[in-house]
Amino acid sequence: MSATIRVVKSGWVELVDVNALRLELSNVTAGYGSRVVLRAISLTLGPGETLVVSGANGSGKSTLLRMLCGLQQPTSGTIQYCHDGMAYAPEQARHLLGWVAPDLMLYRELTARENLHFFAEVRGMHCSDMQIDELLERIGLSGRGDDRVIGYSSGMTHRLRYAYALLHHPPVLLLDEPTVTLDAQGATVVEQVVDAQRAVGMSIIATNDPRELRFGDYVLTLNTA
Amino acid sequence: MTPSLQALLTAAWAVFVKDLRSELRTRYALNAMLLFAASSAVAVSLGAQFLGTQQNVEPLQAALLWIALLFAALNGLSRSFVQEEETRTALALRLASPPTAIYLGKLLFNLLLLAALDTVTSLLFIMFVGVEVGNVGLFVTLLALGSLCLTTATTILAAIIAKANFKSALFAVLAFPLFIPPLILVIRGTALALTGASWGDGASFLQALISYAVVTFVASLFLFRTVWES
Repeated sequence: MSATIRVVKSGWVELVDVNALRLELSNVTAGYGSRVVLRAISLTLGPGETLVVSGANGSGKSTLLRMLCGLQQPTSGTIQYCHDGMAYAPEQARHLLGWVAPDLMLYRELTARENLHFFAEVRGMHCSDMQIDELLERIGLSGRGDDRVIGYSSGMTHRLRYAYALLHHPPVLLLDEPTVTLDAQGATVVEQVVDAQRAVGMSIIATNDPRELRFGDYVLTLNTA
Repeated sequence: MTPSLQALLTAAWAVFVKDLRSELRTRYALNAMLLFAASSAVAVSLGAQFLGTQQNVEPLQAALLWIALLFAALNGLSRSFVQEEETRTALALRLASPPTAIYLGKLLFNLLLLAALDTVTSLLFIMFVGVEVGNVGLFVTLLALGSLCLTTATTILAAIIAKANFKSALFAVLAFPLFIPPLILVIRGTALALTGASWGDGASFLQALISYAVVTFVASLFLFRTVWES
Protein backbone atom coordinates (compact mmCIF):
# COMPACT_ATOMS: atom_id res chain seq x y z
CA MET A 1 0.00 0.00 0.00
CA SER A 2 1.23 3.50 -0.79
CA ALA A 3 2.39 5.23 2.38
CA THR A 4 0.74 8.59 1.89
CA ILE A 5 -2.07 10.08 -0.13
CA ARG A 6 -2.94 13.70 -0.75
CA VAL A 7 -6.13 14.89 0.87
CA VAL A 8 -7.49 18.39 0.61
CA LYS A 9 -8.53 19.94 3.92
CA SER A 10 -9.89 23.48 3.85
CA GLY A 11 -7.69 24.55 0.99
CA TRP A 12 -4.55 22.81 2.25
CA VAL A 13 -3.21 19.66 0.73
CA GLU A 14 -2.72 17.38 3.69
CA LEU A 15 -0.54 14.30 3.35
CA VAL A 16 -2.38 11.49 5.08
CA ASP A 17 -0.44 8.39 6.01
CA VAL A 18 -3.08 5.81 5.24
CA ASN A 19 -1.11 3.19 7.12
CA ALA A 20 -1.74 5.18 10.28
CA LEU A 21 -5.46 5.69 9.70
CA ARG A 22 -7.91 3.71 11.84
CA LEU A 23 -11.66 3.77 12.27
CA GLU A 24 -12.76 2.92 15.80
CA LEU A 25 -16.31 2.37 16.99
CA SER A 26 -16.83 1.86 20.69
CA ASN A 27 -20.19 0.70 22.06
CA VAL A 28 -22.12 2.61 19.41
CA THR A 29 -25.86 2.56 19.98
CA ALA A 30 -28.38 4.39 17.84
CA GLY A 31 -32.10 4.60 17.39
CA TYR A 32 -35.10 6.66 16.50
CA GLY A 33 -37.21 7.74 19.45
CA SER A 34 -37.68 4.74 21.72
CA ARG A 35 -36.71 2.23 19.01
CA VAL A 36 -33.11 1.05 19.24
CA VAL A 37 -31.70 0.22 15.80
CA LEU A 38 -28.06 -0.46 16.61
CA ARG A 39 -26.93 -1.74 19.97
CA ALA A 40 -23.38 -1.54 21.39
CA ILE A 41 -21.36 -1.99 18.21
CA SER A 42 -17.59 -1.96 18.67
CA LEU A 43 -15.07 -2.52 15.92
CA THR A 44 -11.78 -1.30 14.53
CA LEU A 45 -10.99 -1.06 10.84
CA GLY A 46 -7.53 -0.48 9.45
CA PRO A 47 -5.99 0.55 6.15
CA GLY A 48 -6.55 -1.70 3.16
CA GLU A 49 -9.51 -3.36 4.83
CA THR A 50 -13.09 -3.58 3.65
CA LEU A 51 -16.03 -4.08 5.97
CA VAL A 52 -19.37 -5.21 4.59
CA VAL A 53 -22.40 -4.43 6.74
CA SER A 54 -25.33 -6.64 5.84
CA GLY A 55 -28.80 -7.17 7.18
CA ALA A 56 -32.46 -6.91 6.36
CA ASN A 57 -34.27 -3.67 5.61
CA GLY A 58 -34.51 -1.57 8.76
CA SER A 59 -31.63 -3.32 10.49
CA GLY A 60 -29.60 -0.08 10.70
CA LYS A 61 -27.08 -0.38 7.86
CA SER A 62 -27.74 3.08 6.45
CA THR A 63 -27.97 4.53 9.96
CA LEU A 64 -24.50 3.19 10.69
CA LEU A 65 -23.07 4.70 7.51
CA ARG A 66 -24.73 8.04 8.19
CA MET A 67 -23.14 8.05 11.63
CA LEU A 68 -19.76 7.23 10.11
CA CYS A 69 -19.89 10.46 8.11
CA GLY A 70 -21.37 12.55 10.91
CA LEU A 71 -24.81 13.04 9.37
CA GLN A 72 -26.37 11.42 12.41
CA GLN A 73 -25.20 11.12 16.01
CA PRO A 74 -25.17 7.89 18.02
CA THR A 75 -27.35 7.92 21.12
CA SER A 76 -24.35 6.54 23.02
CA GLY A 77 -20.83 5.35 22.29
CA THR A 78 -18.10 6.96 20.19
CA ILE A 79 -16.99 6.91 16.56
CA GLN A 80 -13.47 8.12 15.87
CA TYR A 81 -11.11 8.34 12.94
CA CYS A 82 -7.65 8.03 14.45
CA HIS A 83 -4.69 9.45 12.58
CA ASP A 84 -1.23 10.55 13.72
CA GLY A 85 -2.11 10.10 17.37
CA MET A 86 -5.17 12.33 17.03
CA ALA A 87 -8.81 11.23 17.14
CA TYR A 88 -11.39 12.99 14.97
CA ALA A 89 -15.17 12.80 15.19
CA PRO A 90 -16.78 11.97 11.84
CA GLU A 91 -17.96 15.55 11.23
CA GLN A 92 -14.36 16.72 11.69
CA ALA A 93 -13.04 14.10 9.29
CA ARG A 94 -15.28 14.68 6.27
CA HIS A 95 -12.31 15.59 4.11
CA LEU A 96 -11.21 11.96 4.58
CA LEU A 97 -14.58 10.51 3.57
CA GLY A 98 -16.26 9.67 0.28
CA TRP A 99 -19.92 8.74 0.55
CA VAL A 100 -22.19 7.05 -1.99
CA ALA A 101 -25.84 6.42 -1.16
CA PRO A 102 -29.15 6.30 -3.03
CA ASP A 103 -30.40 9.37 -1.11
CA LEU A 104 -27.36 11.44 -2.09
CA MET A 105 -28.54 13.82 -4.80
CA LEU A 106 -26.48 16.12 -6.99
CA TYR A 107 -27.73 19.25 -8.74
CA ARG A 108 -30.07 18.12 -11.52
CA GLU A 109 -30.11 21.46 -13.31
CA LEU A 110 -26.31 21.44 -13.64
CA THR A 111 -24.19 19.23 -15.87
CA ALA A 112 -22.09 16.46 -14.40
CA ARG A 113 -18.97 18.51 -15.11
CA GLU A 114 -20.43 21.61 -13.41
CA ASN A 115 -21.38 19.50 -10.40
CA LEU A 116 -17.90 18.04 -10.08
CA HIS A 117 -16.18 21.41 -10.59
CA PHE A 118 -18.45 22.89 -7.92
CA PHE A 119 -17.77 20.17 -5.36
CA ALA A 120 -14.05 20.37 -6.09
CA GLU A 121 -14.07 24.13 -5.48
CA VAL A 122 -15.97 23.93 -2.19
CA ARG A 123 -13.48 21.28 -1.05
CA GLY A 124 -10.66 23.72 -1.78
CA MET A 125 -9.41 21.81 -4.82
CA HIS A 126 -8.83 22.83 -8.37
CA CYS A 127 -9.85 20.19 -10.88
CA SER A 128 -9.00 20.57 -14.55
CA ASP A 129 -11.42 19.43 -17.27
CA MET A 130 -8.97 16.65 -18.05
CA GLN A 131 -9.10 15.35 -14.46
CA ILE A 132 -12.89 15.49 -14.54
CA ASP A 133 -12.91 13.60 -17.84
CA GLU A 134 -10.61 10.92 -16.40
CA LEU A 135 -12.89 10.51 -13.40
CA LEU A 136 -16.00 10.31 -15.58
CA GLU A 137 -14.28 7.75 -17.79
CA ARG A 138 -13.36 5.71 -14.72
CA ILE A 139 -17.00 5.45 -13.63
CA GLY A 140 -18.34 4.89 -17.13
CA LEU A 141 -19.78 8.30 -17.95
CA SER A 142 -17.27 9.19 -20.62
CA GLY A 143 -18.72 11.66 -23.12
CA ARG A 144 -21.71 12.52 -20.92
CA GLY A 145 -20.02 15.13 -18.72
CA ASP A 146 -21.68 18.08 -20.42
CA ASP A 147 -25.21 16.68 -20.12
CA ARG A 148 -27.43 18.02 -17.39
CA VAL A 149 -28.00 15.53 -14.59
CA ILE A 150 -31.79 15.88 -14.99
CA GLY A 151 -31.41 13.92 -18.22
CA TYR A 152 -29.52 11.06 -16.58
CA SER A 153 -31.04 7.65 -15.95
CA SER A 154 -31.07 6.37 -12.36
CA GLY A 155 -28.04 4.19 -13.11
CA MET A 156 -26.07 7.10 -14.58
CA THR A 157 -27.01 9.25 -11.58
CA HIS A 158 -25.67 6.54 -9.30
CA ARG A 159 -22.43 6.40 -11.28
CA LEU A 160 -22.13 10.17 -10.88
CA ARG A 161 -22.39 9.70 -7.11
CA TYR A 162 -19.18 7.68 -7.36
CA ALA A 163 -17.49 10.55 -9.18
CA TYR A 164 -18.63 12.89 -6.38
CA ALA A 165 -17.28 10.49 -3.73
CA LEU A 166 -13.94 9.83 -5.43
CA LEU A 167 -13.27 13.42 -6.50
CA HIS A 168 -11.06 14.25 -3.51
CA HIS A 169 -9.33 10.84 -3.31
CA PRO A 170 -10.74 9.97 0.13
CA PRO A 171 -8.93 7.35 2.24
CA VAL A 172 -12.30 6.20 3.63
CA LEU A 173 -15.04 5.15 1.21
CA LEU A 174 -18.57 4.65 2.56
CA LEU A 175 -20.89 2.86 0.13
CA ASP A 176 -24.57 2.41 0.92
CA GLU A 177 -26.20 -0.07 -1.46
CA PRO A 178 -23.27 0.27 -3.86
CA THR A 179 -24.76 -1.36 -6.96
CA VAL A 180 -28.40 -0.33 -6.65
CA THR A 181 -29.84 0.67 -10.08
CA LEU A 182 -26.52 -0.21 -11.79
CA ASP A 183 -26.25 -2.51 -14.77
CA ALA A 184 -23.64 -5.27 -15.06
CA GLN A 185 -21.00 -2.85 -16.34
CA GLY A 186 -21.76 -0.49 -13.47
CA ALA A 187 -21.40 -3.31 -10.95
CA THR A 188 -17.98 -4.05 -12.47
CA VAL A 189 -17.01 -0.41 -12.05
CA VAL A 190 -17.98 -0.63 -8.36
CA GLU A 191 -15.87 -3.75 -7.96
CA GLN A 192 -12.90 -1.95 -9.50
CA VAL A 193 -13.44 1.06 -7.24
CA VAL A 194 -13.55 -1.13 -4.11
CA ASP A 195 -10.43 -3.02 -5.23
CA ALA A 196 -8.56 0.22 -5.95
CA GLN A 197 -9.60 1.63 -2.58
CA ARG A 198 -7.62 -1.11 -0.80
CA ALA A 199 -4.44 0.60 -1.99
CA VAL A 200 -5.39 4.02 -0.65
CA GLY A 201 -7.47 3.34 2.43
CA MET A 202 -10.52 1.48 3.66
CA SER A 203 -14.10 0.86 2.57
CA ILE A 204 -17.30 0.25 4.48
CA ILE A 205 -20.13 -1.15 2.39
CA ALA A 206 -23.76 -1.49 3.47
CA THR A 207 -25.73 -3.96 1.43
CA ASN A 208 -28.44 -6.58 1.56
CA ASP A 209 -27.31 -8.14 -1.70
CA PRO A 210 -25.59 -11.47 -0.86
CA ARG A 211 -23.39 -11.16 -3.98
CA GLU A 212 -21.69 -8.13 -2.47
CA LEU A 213 -20.54 -9.94 0.66
CA ARG A 214 -17.46 -11.00 -1.31
CA PHE A 215 -16.18 -7.42 -1.25
CA GLY A 216 -15.53 -7.63 2.48
CA ASP A 217 -12.60 -8.77 4.55
CA TYR A 218 -15.09 -8.70 7.41
CA VAL A 219 -18.86 -8.96 7.42
CA LEU A 220 -20.95 -7.36 10.13
CA THR A 221 -24.45 -8.80 10.07
CA LEU A 222 -27.13 -6.71 11.70
CA ASN A 223 -30.48 -8.13 12.64
CA THR A 224 -33.73 -6.41 13.49
CA ALA A 225 -34.34 -8.40 16.66
CA MET B 1 -5.12 36.78 3.78
CA THR B 2 -4.36 33.33 5.12
CA PRO B 3 -4.75 30.38 2.74
CA SER B 4 -7.63 28.97 4.80
CA LEU B 5 -9.54 32.26 4.57
CA GLN B 6 -8.83 32.37 0.86
CA ALA B 7 -10.12 28.79 0.51
CA LEU B 8 -13.23 29.75 2.49
CA LEU B 9 -13.92 32.72 0.25
CA THR B 10 -13.30 30.62 -2.87
CA ALA B 11 -15.78 28.03 -1.60
CA ALA B 12 -18.32 30.76 -0.78
CA TRP B 13 -17.93 32.18 -4.28
CA ALA B 14 -18.43 28.68 -5.73
CA VAL B 15 -21.69 28.33 -3.75
CA PHE B 16 -22.81 31.75 -5.03
CA VAL B 17 -22.00 30.92 -8.65
CA LYS B 18 -23.71 27.52 -8.34
CA ASP B 19 -26.87 29.11 -6.89
CA LEU B 20 -26.87 31.79 -9.57
CA ARG B 21 -26.43 29.25 -12.35
CA SER B 22 -29.20 27.04 -10.91
CA GLU B 23 -31.52 30.04 -10.50
CA LEU B 24 -30.93 31.26 -14.05
CA ARG B 25 -31.83 27.78 -15.31
CA THR B 26 -34.88 27.17 -13.09
CA ARG B 27 -35.98 30.75 -12.15
CA TYR B 28 -37.96 29.47 -9.14
CA ALA B 29 -37.17 32.39 -6.83
CA LEU B 30 -36.70 35.11 -9.44
CA ASN B 31 -40.07 34.53 -11.12
CA ALA B 32 -41.93 34.36 -7.80
CA MET B 33 -40.34 37.56 -6.51
CA LEU B 34 -40.71 39.58 -9.69
CA LEU B 35 -44.30 38.48 -10.20
CA PHE B 36 -45.15 39.52 -6.66
CA ALA B 37 -43.37 42.86 -7.09
CA ALA B 38 -45.13 43.59 -10.38
CA SER B 39 -48.58 42.61 -9.11
CA SER B 40 -48.22 44.64 -5.91
CA ALA B 41 -46.99 47.71 -7.85
CA VAL B 42 -49.95 47.44 -10.21
CA ALA B 43 -52.37 46.93 -7.30
CA VAL B 44 -50.98 49.96 -5.46
CA SER B 45 -51.11 52.03 -8.66
CA LEU B 46 -54.87 51.38 -8.90
CA GLY B 47 -55.28 53.21 -5.59
CA ALA B 48 -52.63 55.84 -6.31
CA GLN B 49 -55.18 58.21 -7.81
CA PHE B 50 -56.53 58.74 -4.29
CA LEU B 51 -53.08 59.79 -3.11
CA GLY B 52 -52.20 62.03 -6.02
CA THR B 53 -53.45 65.38 -4.81
CA GLN B 54 -52.80 64.92 -1.10
CA GLN B 55 -49.95 66.48 0.88
CA ASN B 56 -47.41 64.43 2.88
CA VAL B 57 -47.99 61.33 0.83
CA GLU B 58 -44.33 60.21 1.08
CA PRO B 59 -44.62 58.16 4.31
CA LEU B 60 -47.47 56.17 2.79
CA GLN B 61 -45.55 55.64 -0.47
CA ALA B 62 -42.48 54.53 1.49
CA ALA B 63 -44.54 52.08 3.54
CA LEU B 64 -46.21 50.65 0.43
CA LEU B 65 -42.85 50.28 -1.32
CA TRP B 66 -41.35 48.38 1.62
CA ILE B 67 -44.44 46.23 2.09
CA ALA B 68 -44.09 45.17 -1.56
CA LEU B 69 -40.35 44.55 -1.14
CA LEU B 70 -40.82 42.66 2.13
CA PHE B 71 -43.46 40.26 0.87
CA ALA B 72 -41.67 39.69 -2.42
CA ALA B 73 -38.48 38.97 -0.46
CA LEU B 74 -40.29 36.60 1.91
CA ASN B 75 -41.62 34.85 -1.18
CA GLY B 76 -38.23 34.20 -2.71
CA LEU B 77 -35.33 34.44 -0.27
CA SER B 78 -36.09 31.24 1.61
CA ARG B 79 -35.74 29.26 -1.63
CA SER B 80 -31.96 29.02 -1.44
CA PHE B 81 -32.01 26.62 1.52
CA VAL B 82 -35.48 25.14 1.05
CA GLN B 83 -34.55 23.99 -2.43
CA GLU B 84 -31.39 22.25 -1.15
CA GLU B 85 -33.57 20.24 1.26
CA GLU B 86 -36.42 19.58 -1.16
CA THR B 87 -34.13 18.34 -3.92
CA ARG B 88 -32.05 16.49 -1.28
CA THR B 89 -28.82 18.10 -2.44
CA ALA B 90 -28.17 19.41 1.08
CA LEU B 91 -26.49 16.13 2.06
CA ALA B 92 -23.89 16.37 -0.68
CA LEU B 93 -23.27 20.02 0.15
CA ARG B 94 -23.07 19.30 3.89
CA LEU B 95 -20.39 16.65 3.35
CA ALA B 96 -18.28 18.71 0.97
CA SER B 97 -18.37 22.34 2.01
CA PRO B 98 -17.39 24.27 5.12
CA PRO B 99 -20.64 25.60 6.68
CA THR B 100 -19.40 29.19 6.76
CA ALA B 101 -18.77 29.11 3.02
CA ILE B 102 -22.32 27.90 2.44
CA TYR B 103 -23.74 30.71 4.56
CA LEU B 104 -21.64 33.38 2.84
CA GLY B 105 -22.42 32.06 -0.64
CA LYS B 106 -26.16 31.91 0.05
CA LEU B 107 -26.08 35.38 1.65
CA LEU B 108 -24.37 36.82 -1.41
CA PHE B 109 -26.86 35.14 -3.72
CA ASN B 110 -29.82 36.46 -1.69
CA LEU B 111 -28.28 39.94 -1.78
CA LEU B 112 -28.09 39.78 -5.57
CA LEU B 113 -31.69 38.59 -5.80
CA LEU B 114 -32.86 41.41 -3.54
CA ALA B 115 -30.82 43.98 -5.48
CA ALA B 116 -32.62 42.88 -8.65
CA LEU B 117 -35.94 43.02 -6.81
CA ASP B 118 -35.16 46.51 -5.42
CA THR B 119 -34.35 47.82 -8.87
CA VAL B 120 -37.47 46.41 -10.53
CA THR B 121 -39.86 47.30 -7.68
CA SER B 122 -38.54 50.86 -7.33
CA LEU B 123 -38.82 51.48 -11.07
CA LEU B 124 -42.35 50.05 -11.10
CA PHE B 125 -43.36 52.27 -8.18
CA ILE B 126 -41.86 55.32 -9.86
CA MET B 127 -43.68 54.51 -13.12
CA PHE B 128 -47.05 53.25 -11.88
CA VAL B 129 -47.50 54.83 -8.46
CA GLY B 130 -45.94 58.15 -9.37
CA VAL B 131 -43.35 58.10 -6.59
CA GLU B 132 -40.97 61.08 -6.85
CA VAL B 133 -37.56 60.69 -5.26
CA GLY B 134 -36.21 63.91 -3.75
CA ASN B 135 -32.79 62.62 -2.68
CA VAL B 136 -31.82 59.80 -5.03
CA GLY B 137 -28.51 59.01 -3.31
CA LEU B 138 -30.11 58.65 0.12
CA PHE B 139 -33.00 56.65 -1.36
CA VAL B 140 -30.65 54.17 -3.07
CA THR B 141 -28.46 53.86 0.06
CA LEU B 142 -31.52 53.16 2.22
CA LEU B 143 -32.75 50.59 -0.29
CA ALA B 144 -29.34 48.89 -0.21
CA LEU B 145 -29.05 48.93 3.59
CA GLY B 146 -32.67 47.88 4.11
CA SER B 147 -32.13 44.98 1.72
CA LEU B 148 -28.90 44.05 3.49
CA CYS B 149 -30.81 43.90 6.79
CA LEU B 150 -33.58 41.77 5.25
CA THR B 151 -31.01 39.45 3.70
CA THR B 152 -28.86 38.92 6.80
CA ALA B 153 -31.96 38.10 8.84
CA THR B 154 -33.66 36.04 6.14
CA THR B 155 -30.71 33.84 5.20
CA ILE B 156 -30.29 32.31 8.67
CA LEU B 157 -34.08 31.96 9.06
CA ALA B 158 -34.25 30.15 5.72
CA ALA B 159 -31.63 27.68 6.98
CA ILE B 160 -33.66 27.16 10.18
CA ILE B 161 -37.00 26.51 8.46
CA ALA B 162 -35.64 24.52 5.50
CA LYS B 163 -36.14 21.14 7.19
CA ALA B 164 -39.46 21.99 8.83
CA ASN B 165 -43.00 21.23 7.74
CA PHE B 166 -45.17 24.28 7.00
CA LYS B 167 -42.08 26.18 5.87
CA SER B 168 -43.86 29.30 4.58
CA ALA B 169 -45.94 29.82 7.69
CA LEU B 170 -42.98 29.22 10.00
CA PHE B 171 -40.79 31.54 7.94
CA ALA B 172 -43.32 34.36 8.17
CA VAL B 173 -43.84 33.84 11.92
CA LEU B 174 -40.11 33.86 12.66
CA ALA B 175 -39.27 36.66 10.25
CA PHE B 176 -41.92 39.17 11.26
CA PRO B 177 -40.55 40.10 14.73
CA LEU B 178 -37.01 40.20 13.37
CA PHE B 179 -38.02 42.53 10.54
CA ILE B 180 -39.95 45.08 12.62
CA PRO B 181 -36.93 47.17 13.79
CA PRO B 182 -35.28 47.57 10.36
CA LEU B 183 -38.67 48.10 8.68
CA ILE B 184 -39.54 51.00 10.99
CA LEU B 185 -36.13 52.55 10.33
CA VAL B 186 -36.08 52.04 6.60
CA ILE B 187 -39.67 53.21 6.03
CA ARG B 188 -39.09 56.40 7.97
CA GLY B 189 -35.75 56.94 6.26
CA THR B 190 -37.20 56.29 2.81
CA ALA B 191 -40.02 58.76 3.49
CA LEU B 192 -37.37 61.37 4.28
CA ALA B 193 -35.45 60.53 1.10
CA LEU B 194 -38.62 60.89 -0.98
CA THR B 195 -39.21 64.38 0.44
CA GLY B 196 -35.68 65.34 -0.53
CA ALA B 197 -34.20 65.47 2.97
CA SER B 198 -30.43 65.86 3.29
CA TRP B 199 -27.89 63.12 4.10
CA GLY B 200 -27.56 64.62 7.56
CA ASP B 201 -31.26 64.09 8.23
CA GLY B 202 -31.00 60.44 7.20
CA ALA B 203 -27.70 59.69 8.97
CA SER B 204 -29.25 58.29 12.15
CA PHE B 205 -31.36 55.83 10.11
CA LEU B 206 -28.32 54.74 8.10
CA GLN B 207 -26.27 54.16 11.27
CA ALA B 208 -29.04 52.14 12.93
CA LEU B 209 -29.53 50.00 9.79
CA ILE B 210 -25.78 49.34 9.53
CA SER B 211 -25.75 48.30 13.20
CA TYR B 212 -28.68 45.93 12.69
CA ALA B 213 -27.04 44.36 9.62
CA VAL B 214 -23.72 43.87 11.46
CA VAL B 215 -25.39 42.30 14.51
CA THR B 216 -27.55 39.88 12.49
CA PHE B 217 -24.62 39.00 10.20
CA VAL B 218 -22.26 38.20 13.08
CA ALA B 219 -24.93 36.30 15.02
CA SER B 220 -25.82 34.32 11.89
CA LEU B 221 -22.17 33.43 11.26
CA PHE B 222 -21.90 31.99 14.77
CA LEU B 223 -25.27 30.21 14.66
CA PHE B 224 -25.11 28.82 11.17
CA ARG B 225 -22.89 25.78 11.80
CA THR B 226 -25.26 24.54 14.52
CA VAL B 227 -28.35 25.18 12.42
CA TRP B 228 -26.85 23.56 9.32
CA GLU B 229 -25.50 20.48 11.08
CA SER B 230 -28.55 19.81 13.25
